[in-house]
Amino acid sequence: MIRRLLPLSGLAAFALLLEIVPRTGVVSALYLPPLHRIVGALGREARRAAFWSALGDTVQTWLLGLAIAVGAGVVAGVAVGSVPLLRAATASTVEFLRPIPSVALIPLAVLLYGTGRTATLLLVVYASFWQVLVQVLQGVTDVDPVARDTARSYGLGRLARIRWLVWPTTLPYAVTGVRLAAAVALILTVTGELVIGTPGLGKEIALAQSGGAVPEMYALIMVTGLVGVVANVVTRDAERRALAWHPAFRKEVAA
Amino acid sequence: MIRRLLYAFGLPVVLFAVWWFASAGSVDFYRPPLSAILRAFGETWIGPRLRAEVLPSLLRLGAGYALALVLGIGLGVLVGLSPRLRVAVEPVLEFLRAIPPPVLVPVLILFAGIGDLMKVLVVVSGCVWPILLNTVEGVRAIDPVLADTCKAYGIGGVDRLRHLVLRAASPQIVTGARQALSVGIILMVISEMFAASSGLGFTVVQFQRGFQIPEMWSGVLLLGLLGVLLSGLFRLVERRVLAWYHGQR
Repeated sequence: MIRRLLPLSGLAAFALLLEIVPRTGVVSALYLPPLHRIVGALGREARRAAFWSALGDTVQTWLLGLAIAVGAGVVAGVAVGSVPLLRAATASTVEFLRPIPSVALIPLAVLLYGTGRTATLLLVVYASFWQVLVQVLQGVTDVDPVARDTARSYGLGRLARIRWLVWPTTLPYAVTGVRLAAAVALILTVTGELVIGTPGLGKEIALAQSGGAVPEMYALIMVTGLVGVVANVVTRDAERRALAWHPAFRKEVAA
Repeated sequence: MIRRLLYAFGLPVVLFAVWWFASAGSVDFYRPPLSAILRAFGETWIGPRLRAEVLPSLLRLGAGYALALVLGIGLGVLVGLSPRLRVAVEPVLEFLRAIPPPVLVPVLILFAGIGDLMKVLVVVSGCVWPILLNTVEGVRAIDPVLADTCKAYGIGGVDRLRHLVLRAASPQIVTGARQALSVGIILMVISEMFAASSGLGFTVVQFQRGFQIPEMWSGVLLLGLLGVLLSGLFRLVERRVLAWYHGQR
């Protein structure tokens, strides 16, 4: 029972802190309004149509970018990973392109695509593509040699090998890649909206800040946090579902 | 040896050549020839700008990153060692971590103005989460046999912290630190794009707004190079710190 209540008590303490600290005057209530005013602002936001369309825009950009990155990452990863020559030839390029911070592309994206969704999508896809690709590449090389030899001696063709051998080995890695990519994609979506001005929650935050609507700004930031939490929960759940057969998860269920 | 060099440099050289020749005669205003970009790179960044714009950015990144390391590892060890505390703060940490760090830029501007302090705090606010959460996981996963051995030998206090807790958690901490580094670079640039009068991010955006296209491309190139350099540096440090670990496996 106490174990059940502890997480709630942590949240309650955090909420209390947010309510009390501004009241004591340690930080100005102008800069950090007490929690009840933030919640009130959240309620006002929830009645505005613009808020919901911004939320919809953010989720749409995020999912679209994620889908493109995952699709491209898996296809490129399996293709490059299953040909040793290709993998050796591309390794240095991947290692070089991967750490390039995607925000470096912001000026480029703005010049080439203006402030529309495409500009933000460019950032999102660039950042999350590498997460998926690197994981898939690692997964493809992890194929059990005995299983590979068995498949070969049974005369499985290329496609059948990919379907029954490479894919099940790669899946856990790919799913991890997707989970990492989902978090990165959300960060970059909101960043793009904030800095470039693509419609969405990030833009609303920038507007609230420049308009001096501090409680609204905090409310919107909380919403982005909640979207992030939901994203984490959903991807972790999907991971468990997709990999229910995998030993690592089977053990978890039994324990 | 030649084979390895060929593999390492073959594709990059080909890509570079393709870019060079495909853009050679380019009259497209937005996509200048690579030769023009490289010329702009030399003129723009090698000289006083390196000291005036690049160095302060790197110093702010360094300060924020170091602070995040201290905070993240310190709090992480504290939370990781106490199961009660961990259960209590986990939901709050999950929520705070899920907030995309760039949205904290407007908040931190309120508190700290638009000076160096704000930019350092922005880096800290983003970098601290991966380090903190990975430290917690690492401390939690300490081999129970090792922990019992420590107890049996009466090793406690600072010795226990240094030789058992931090050592056992260090592979995880390094993982967190690596994630934090890429977040940190992003935030360094973002904080300067938002409100600043100097720094790498500011300068690049300035070039973009002034339609100094080759200069802007050269800035993008420099940011990319910095990312690659810093991640290379990190790998060197990692090999040092985790030499015992990689040897074990």
